[in-house]
Amino acid sequence: MTLPFAIIAGLTVGSAIAAMSLRNMVHCALSLVLTFAGLAGLYLQLNAEFVGFTQILVYVGAVSILIVFAILLTRSTDPKDEPATVTPWVGIAVAVAAFLTMALAVVASPVGKRVAAPAPEVSVKTLGQKLMTDYVLPLEVMALLLTAAMLGAVIIAMKDKEGQR
Amino acid sequence: MTPLSGYLLVSALLFCIGLAGALTRRNAIMVLIGIELMLNAANLNFIAFWRFSETPETQTGLMFALFSIAIAAAEAAVGLALIITIYRHFKTSNVDKVEELKG
Repeated sequence: MTLPFAIIAGLTVGSAIAAMSLRNMVHCALSLVLTFAGLAGLYLQLNAEFVGFTQILVYVGAVSILIVFAILLTRSTDPKDEPATVTPWVGIAVAVAAFLTMALAVVASPVGKRVAAPAPEVSVKTLGQKLMTDYVLPLEVMALLLTAAMLGAVIIAMKDKEGQR
Repeated sequence: MTPLSGYLLVSALLFCIGLAGALTRRNAIMVLIGIELMLNAANLNFIAFWRFSETPETQTGLMFALFSIAIAAAEAAVGLALIITIYRHFKTSNVDKVEELKG
């Protein structure tokens, strides 16, 4: 385990815990930005430069702004007034059990000890060529999905005008 | 270089933090943030398995992660629009208070 990996992983996991446990929701959104940025760092460490920068553009740029806007639009009185859930321990116990199961499987598996081959040659050019040849159908479906999601989000969030849409 | 298990453990940890948040928080936006964390953990797995695979030059894991990021963006946009509409209708974003369909 190398030092940069330990630093980035610690930052990512720590800010994820903060994003899920802080009371003030604006603080949660800011910790979430840090988590997304840390994940982008992990992608860069794994030689996935394009996905790392996509992560920064889409998550750190767009999704977190959306979340901040939603928090501000749905803030009733005080951001801290979210009542604590009745039985938080059930959810936490389920999560801990799931983690222990996965961690045991990862540690026991021989795949986990695999060490990376020398960095593969991946350029944005080859990625784009693949997107336009082998993956052109998923790409078009994705374009359709994004258009539909954008229209749907606008229509769902549109204000009713005296009962009529 | 960190072995594959390091990345898998970080990803499992992120997934479980997101799961715990989605199960325990009562605000709909916090539930959505937990789901986003779980999606990101899955993406990290895709990238890690791609990097440590026998044939990384096929770039399958990268492609899957890219498409998954795009789907997650669409999901976040629609989910937040729904939360805003629910807030406008019920004047709350607490998922326990939205219970009209409860028998």
